[in-house]
This record gives sequence, C-alpha cells and structure tokens, in this order.
Amino acid sequence: MAVNNTEKTTYTIPVGPIHPALKEPIQLDLEIDGEQVVDVDIHLGQVHRSIEWLGMNRNNPVQSIYLAERICGICNVCHPFCLVLAVEQAADIVVPERAEYIRVIAAEMERIHSHILWAGVAAHEIGFDTVFYLTWRVREEIMDMIEYVFGNRITKAIYQFGGVRRDITEEQIPRLKQGLDYYKSIFEQLRRIFLEDETVKMRCRNVGILPYEDAMKLVTVGPTVRASGVPKDVRQDQAYSAYADLDIKAITPDVVTGTVVGDVYDRIIVRLLEVAQSIEIIEDCIKNMPEGPILTEPKMPRLLKLLTDAEGEGVGRVEAPRGEDIHYVRMEAGVSTLSTWKVRAPTYINLVAVPTILKGMQIADVPIAFASIDPCMSCTNRAIITDKATGKKSVVDYETMHRLSVQKTKELQR
Amino acid sequence: MEKLNPQGIVDSFKKALGGGFINGEVYEREVAVKKNRFRRIWIFVKREAFHEAVQHLCRIQEYPHLVIISSSDLGSDVELIYHFTIYYGNHLEEISVGIRITLDKKDLKIPTITDIIPGAIFTERETQEMMGVEVTDIPDGRRLFLEGDLPENIHPWRKDDKKLEKYLRVLPGRKPKGKE
Repeated sequence: MAVNNTEKTTYTIPVGPIHPALKEPIQLDLEIDGEQVVDVDIHLGQVHRSIEWLGMNRNNPVQSIYLAERICGICNVCHPFCLVLAVEQAADIVVPERAEYIRVIAAEMERIHSHILWAGVAAHEIGFDTVFYLTWRVREEIMDMIEYVFGNRITKAIYQFGGVRRDITEEQIPRLKQGLDYYKSIFEQLRRIFLEDETVKMRCRNVGILPYEDAMKLVTVGPTVRASGVPKDVRQDQAYSAYADLDIKAITPDVVTGTVVGDVYDRIIVRLLEVAQSIEIIEDCIKNMPEGPILTEPKMPRLLKLLTDAEGEGVGRVEAPRGEDIHYVRMEAGVSTLSTWKVRAPTYINLVAVPTILKGMQIADVPIAFASIDPCMSCTNRAIITDKATGKKSVVDYETMHRLSVQKTKELQR
Repeated sequence: MEKLNPQGIVDSFKKALGGGFINGEVYEREVAVKKNRFRRIWIFVKREAFHEAVQHLCRIQEYPHLVIISSSDLGSDVELIYHFTIYYGNHLEEISVGIRITLDKKDLKIPTITDIIPGAIFTERETQEMMGVEVTDIPDGRRLFLEGDLPENIHPWRKDDKKLEKYLRVLPGRKPKGKE
C-alpha cells in the first residue's frame, strides 16, 4: 500500500469478505483517494471447499459429477458438463448423438436464466429495483421450463459419463416451445429497458472500462472479454457436443452500437443478445435432435469398472454463462478416484482484471462495475472502513454502500 | 504470421527450441453428428527451454490465451501443464496447446511467465501454494486460497503429503482414514 509516514492522503477500504455488490464472499482492499479508487487488492479463499481434493482422494468419478454440480449454484450445468467431457476423453467413451443435443439444451436454458438473473442484480445495484423485480419475474418462466423438463429448478443431475440420465420426450416439446415464444415476445421490452433507458445509460456508459489490450493480456473470458471486442467463445472456437453442428458466432457489442467501449453497458448488450442467441440454439436443437439412445453404458457397476480401468487424460472446456470453464482430468488404471482434477471456473480468471476495471472510479460505481463481470463466489453484508490516518475503524454495512449507489442514480436523474 | 496446421506448430517449436524440445503430439477427436474435429497439441519441453517456449507461442499468436496451469503428482516427479489456446475467433479453428514440463521433486522450481502474460499471476500463486512448486521471480508470491493459519509446508495436492490429514474434520461415527 502506498500510504507512508509523511503523506496520509489515501485510505484503504477492505470491502468484504462480505461484499456489498455481490452475494459472494471475496475481500477487495480498495485504496481510495477521496471518492476515487486508486488501487485494488483481492483476497480469495474465504470459502475454499477443497472440492478438487475430495475428487482426488475420496469420491469415485460418478460421485464427483454430483459434487461438481454443487461447485456453483447458478451455473450448475457447466461444471458437470466439463467434467464428463474431460473424463470421456480420458476413458475414450463415445456419447450418443441424441445425448449431445440434450446436453446443449440444458446448458442453453441455464444461460438464459443466468443472464436474466444477472440483469436483475445489475438493476438492483444501480438502485433500479422496479427493473430488478420485473426481470426476476420474467426469469420464473425459464425456471419453470427447467423444472418441467429436467425435474428440478437448480441441481438437475442429468449429466452422466457417456450421455445424459433423462430424455426429453415428445410431449414435453410443446411446453418448451411455448416458453421460448414467451421470451421472444418480451425480448423487445427487455431490450428497451436495458439499452434505451436514460438511467441505465447514465450509470453504465463509460463505467468500468476494460480496454482490448488489457482484456487480452489479463486473459479474461466470457461476456467480459467479448464486451471488449474480442470474438472469443468456446462454443464457436472449439465447439463441443452439438455446438459443433450449429454455426455459432461470438457476440460483440459493435453489432448494436457500431463501436466497442468495453464498459458495463457493453457487457449488458452482450448478455442481452446472448439470451436471444440461446433461444435460437434451443429451437435449432429441438428441430434437429436425432432419435436414439441417451446413454452408452446404463449399468452403473460396469461404468465404474470401466472408469477404474481407464488410463489417460482429458480436458473439458465449456462456455459457461460467465465465460470459459475448464476441467483437466488425469486417470490412472486401478485407481478408483480421479488421479488429478483441476477445475478452473470463469470468475477465477476474470478476477485478475478487477483491479484494472475498478481503478480510477468512484466508490458508488464499485458495486455495478464489480457486478458487471458477474463474479460467482457467496453473500455479503458489510465492509469495514479503516481510516489510515487515525487508525479508526468504522463499519459500513451493505445498506450504506447500497444507499450511496442509489443516491448517485438519483443525483444523475435530476 | 500465417496460420499453421497442428503438425506445423509442433515442427516450429522443434526448430525454435532445439535441444530443449523433447516431444510433440497432436490429438484429434470427432464430435456430434457432423463429425467435426477439434484439435489439441501437447508439447513436452525441458525446464530450461520453458520460458523460450512461451515466447515462441507469442510469436505464433499475438496474445495466446493462458487457460490454467494444472499440476499432477507422479510419485518422484511433478508434472506441470500450461494450457494455452490459440487461433480463436473463428468457428472450429481454435487449437489448444499444452506445454508440459516434468520437474524432479528435489528441485521444484519454474520461472514465472507474468513478464509475458500478466494474467498468469493467480494460477502461478495457486500452483505455488497447492503443489509446492516455487515460481521464481514471481511479482506477488502471497497465498491465494489457503488460510494463513495452515502451516507453510503443507501442500494439499501432493500425494506424498500426509500432514494434511490431522486438519481434516472427521464426521461423527466415521473413523479417520488409515486408522483402525
């Protein structure tokens, strides 16, 4: 920290582990000069759960699927998806074609709900709670669709090595189509709220800018890097499962505005257009879904034997709602657990860019700018402000920080 | 620089690294109905040539995307894999490049690549604390995930390291592993 004995001009605010903007445990040490953020330091590991250790020491690979599903509550499809892709490469398991399509439908339905959830959180962060309630009401439809098709709203447990565990039947398709039509009918309304509203524009334009060069050097992924003008999307670049059959193009904000700024507003554009893209992908998948079996090896003891005997390594890469997710797996013959399991969630790498995004901004902009990378970690309530000059500590709770943000919106509206 | 095919990339590494290059493999796999292929390259290098290998990758692609460093305990050795991707931006054209280095457990040191790719800092810090590999010249060598009260000499990903077991919480009715 740059505070030294002679000049006491900057303060350090540790935000978190209970963080105001996000319902996630992370500690950001903001070094501030007046209202401006000068430097940021990140402390992770508040809720490190040693999931990789459990996969390497306790669980058999099938148990690890369900553990992987619980790595994250919001993106609970991408982690098991990644793990099954990696293990299938290591053990050389071929997946039935129908299962590939069902996997993609599950992943895209998750993307829709995750992006709409994020849009609501973002509206809440700038104190626009009407929009927050509206978007979350809209999100209920996709949650109902997920429950109708896969049996559960959150942890769906449909992924299995060599396929999926439940089929999508002919009778379920009309309900799916009805839900997708609903989203198509309200999409224009959502677009108007998020892209044309003056308040959203004032709070999000030119806030939290991540320039192209920095985005590339700090190896960011997902909507964060696409908003900086890089057409990078695993579904397009190194298509897996049924994405390889579909012609998917990475979305960058210049399709709407003609320019790339790399700010919060651009991230909204990318996420919003991806909802429309996901609807198209699901429709394509339903139309082209081939008939056939959904699982290569339905008998569990035989599958476990096959996995214990497998020798090799695999890398699963999936475009999660927040960006590229990757699992590296190494399997040794005769070992019932995974020999190596490395999980890298998208937020892990996006956090590297947080100091660059936050530098030079006002404290009231921190919640929305930090929320704009859609970080995925758990819930926070208060922050401690340390006055470095006097050594006095005062507690700023979530409400105060949130009030600052709301106040700024009101001032701008005047 | 024009785009190379996977074998061409392996050959260019061989030419650039000389004696530091050990081996190169190309892996392909067909996916879904249309049987499109995705491609991956493994490059095995010696530690002395590793930093040069990453620089060479930067000549092939301006900003190679560093995905993660994965590390495996192989008994007497530790294997590090630096997962990169290059040629992104177009449908099915991307190639994964894994640069692999095997380190003797008696001498676990690897040079940092944050001077080439600044975004590598988190994964290097994680490798340092979880596997006990010392990253030399790392600009910020603090812990990333582990708590400060866990002793410095415990590395959770090491298979030979049994010191962690006494820190494990044993559920009621269960016996600690390895004790009768």
